[in-house]
Amino acid sequence: MTSDVNSPYQDLSVIRENLDRGTYSCRELTETLLSRIDLHDSNINAFITLSRDEALAGADAQDALIARGEAGPLTGIPIAHKDIFCTEGVKTSAGSRMLDNFTAPYSATVVERLEAAGCVTLGKTNLDEFAMGSSNENSFYGPVKNPWATSHVPGGSSGGSAAAVAAGFCPVSTGTDTGGSIRQPASMCGVTGIKPTYGRVSRWGMIAFASSLDQAGVFARSARDAAVLLSAMTGADPRDSTCINEPAADLTRELNTQLSGLRVGIPEQYMSDLDSQMSDRMADALREMEQAGATLIDISLPHTRYAVPAYYVIAPAECSTNLSRYDGVRFGYRCEDPADIEDLYKRSRSEAFGDEVKQRILVGTFTLSAGYYDAYYHKAQQIRRLIHQDFDAAFNSVDVIAAPTCPGTAFQLGEKISDNIAMYLQDIYTIPVNLAGLPGLSMPVGQIDDLPVGMQLIGRYLDEARLLGAAHQFQQRTDWHLAQPTLKHTTGASDV
Amino acid sequence: MSDWQIVIGLEIHAQLNTRSKIFSAVSTAFGAEPNTQASLVDLGFPGVLPVTNEAVYEKAVAFGLGVSAQINHRSVFDRKNYFYPDLPKGYQITQLADPIVEHGNVDIELADGSTKTIHITRAHLEEDAGKSLHEDYAGETGVDLNRAGTPLLEIVSEPDLRSAEEASTYARLIHKLLTSLDICDGNMAEGSMRCDANVSVRRYKNHPLGTRTETKNINSFRFLEQAINYEVERQIQVLESGGRVTQETRLYDPDRNETRPMRSKETAMDYRYFPEPDLLPVVIDDSYVEAIRERLPEMPDEKRERFERAFELTTEDAETLSTNRALADYFEQVATASEPRLASNWVRVELLGRVSKDNFDMAQVPIPASELATLINRISDDMISGKIAKTIFEALWNREASSVDAYIEAEGLKQVSDSSDLAPIVTSIIAANPKQAEQYRAGKTKLLGFFVGQVMKETGGRANPKQVNDLVRSELDATG
Repeated sequence: MTSDVNSPYQDLSVIRENLDRGTYSCRELTETLLSRIDLHDSNINAFITLSRDEALAGADAQDALIARGEAGPLTGIPIAHKDIFCTEGVKTSAGSRMLDNFTAPYSATVVERLEAAGCVTLGKTNLDEFAMGSSNENSFYGPVKNPWATSHVPGGSSGGSAAAVAAGFCPVSTGTDTGGSIRQPASMCGVTGIKPTYGRVSRWGMIAFASSLDQAGVFARSARDAAVLLSAMTGADPRDSTCINEPAADLTRELNTQLSGLRVGIPEQYMSDLDSQMSDRMADALREMEQAGATLIDISLPHTRYAVPAYYVIAPAECSTNLSRYDGVRFGYRCEDPADIEDLYKRSRSEAFGDEVKQRILVGTFTLSAGYYDAYYHKAQQIRRLIHQDFDAAFNSVDVIAAPTCPGTAFQLGEKISDNIAMYLQDIYTIPVNLAGLPGLSMPVGQIDDLPVGMQLIGRYLDEARLLGAAHQFQQRTDWHLAQPTLKHTTGASDV
Repeated sequence: MSDWQIVIGLEIHAQLNTRSKIFSAVSTAFGAEPNTQASLVDLGFPGVLPVTNEAVYEKAVAFGLGVSAQINHRSVFDRKNYFYPDLPKGYQITQLADPIVEHGNVDIELADGSTKTIHITRAHLEEDAGKSLHEDYAGETGVDLNRAGTPLLEIVSEPDLRSAEEASTYARLIHKLLTSLDICDGNMAEGSMRCDANVSVRRYKNHPLGTRTETKNINSFRFLEQAINYEVERQIQVLESGGRVTQETRLYDPDRNETRPMRSKETAMDYRYFPEPDLLPVVIDDSYVEAIRERLPEMPDEKRERFERAFELTTEDAETLSTNRALADYFEQVATASEPRLASNWVRVELLGRVSKDNFDMAQVPIPASELATLINRISDDMISGKIAKTIFEALWNREASSVDAYIEAEGLKQVSDSSDLAPIVTSIIAANPKQAEQYRAGKTKLLGFFVGQVMKETGGRANPKQVNDLVRSELDATG
């Protein structure tokens, strides 16, 4: 175990032990990470806002708790939040010009709970505008670069949070996942990311994209760390009616459950279109699980191909009305010298929303309009039920489903920006999981041309503990999750 | 005009009298400074979510039971999307396809004494919008979001109403139900109950319905009748001169007694309704409905019958006293503590002479029921005359007195019933009016009243009239 505060890739148990032993203080750790961000983030662009002063003050408070012997599992653990979670007194932009001037007057439940558990917030991470995108190229604050290759995208929409963990800026971070926005960037950045069951974590204070699909989750360097962090975020919240009415869950409870006897479903629809390199990485990972005693079972999820079209009806429909509140009247961007209320609406929204957001608002407005509702929105909801039934049927014979997280590794910046369909197909393996409301996890299982490859594990409703257990057992046998990118910074100095 | 049939359907918006809003914990109290009763949820801030105030389900179900309706075990909130400055989220949360209450009916009494059943299509829950204030801002518009999120029950009738009078009778009945069931405070001046009237006319009864107009936000029963009558006349004139009625939303202007078009693009509005993803469907089971049924307050008709029976009132008087719940409660307190028929007279004549039955508000009544009962009891036990009682009532009303007994004592209003006090006065009055006394004795007995009046005058009204009557008569007869 390293006891060097300068070692950027320490997992939570190591940090915990060092903090509790007094090897280094939370302030020292926080300062070290802030310096690392200062040094490297101009190349990565993972952060929109650094809350340096608040972080240091928070670190001192946590050091006092640790000194009194009152530390819990997350006391003094530095964290970054996707800039879609409201943080009281701190700018909360959702990656949009619309909220560039918006300071949240309250904190999201996720932020509130993690701060109560002792996490120290370093800052707010970059994202696709209002979480709409799969490459983090749709941010008002510019794209995030993949720490493994800065010419490549980190994935999206939670690209900043995934890149921050991959770059060693923080051991853990939060994200949101509407159609793959945690799992896809986790896969591309070589970190572990989990989107829990819809309703497992409160959405209060999480700026809405598509309410029936949005779910908060985490990024970490291991399944064990993800389990510790996610546990602290769960539990009923009276401020969110869609939050499941269950007490906080201990999602670490199955970490030590062996893989032997685990029935792993392999859906043919997720494997058949992979190129040979991706197929090989999946096969290697599955063989590893099989060697550990898991049983591989071929399954079919027959309605998979309808998932992306259904998603691109439902998500834009919900976003088109969720984003109506950005009208320039009460908060956010307001155009100069509006002639009248109509002009105020039109120009504020035209000037402050980016192209992808506008496109989705237009699509959603169209599909909900009179005469089209049945053909689009209603039909999409029917497909959603069929996809749900596919998973229900599969889980009669398997415990978890294993699949690629996305079709390939990180692609180059600009490569797909002008091809909507190619971009949307990035989420072909993650979207069905959101439509069914199930938990999904992505973990690194190999590399292709020095870029990480992720494998997705999909679980039963509320079965996150089993997913995290299976991933942890895999990580006990492999070290893909420990791989680190080499960061280069502009002055050419060596890595810290 | 006689061959035109008038077809009216009403949409009544009733603000539910819950303490907090439908989707936030903020107070719904009327009249606060602008934007002081609006939380981040009411303001539609980024990241906020609605959570339904469960009290609204109870009120909606109580209404449904009150109009013998079907209570839907599963109802769904929808978003109605449009941009307006007083609609912070850009959508209103309402119920479209699956309302909480459907298929109810009420019987209204027509002028000829017959009854008619009016069908209620549905009653659904929704949030009220804020208010745009166009005055006082010199060309600009102010927005007050205190009202945003106030719970509403929208009660939609079938187009069963055939005249302005039927429409207002129906609206009054709904008002009576809402207040008796403690669903709505019924204060129309403050907008707690507002009516939208859908009006059309057609030549013959079985013709298809004519094109309708919707006149919105009418806040009194009188205006409702006036607005409908105006609209009927206008539509008939349009049609008789060969024109066509435009389907549109209109506004009633009571100052000019006319309706005017409000939005011209009504038919072009597309609200893009879809199920509200931030809220789960409302699921209600039979035991919940039964529990509400058991707690249901007395219905106005039941109350009226009970008043007739228990207090021996005429149907008409019982009706007057049972329409408004606050009034009925007040009357009942007075009637159980004093002679009921006197209580009925005092409440109907004196109290309702000063405060409207429809907007009866205890806050406007400075006389506690117990004091009014005491006042009536002092008449019954001959301590004061009815005339004196009226002056005491006046003093109570003007807050010059708070206790009936203390006031009688302080002002020396106690009735003089003692013959030894009254007899000398009677004797002197008769002595002072020998001519009238002579006429009386000659058979003009009507003059008895003259003498009694003189005695009453002499005693400042405090003499017991019955006592005076007897004394005058025996004195005149004796000395005759």
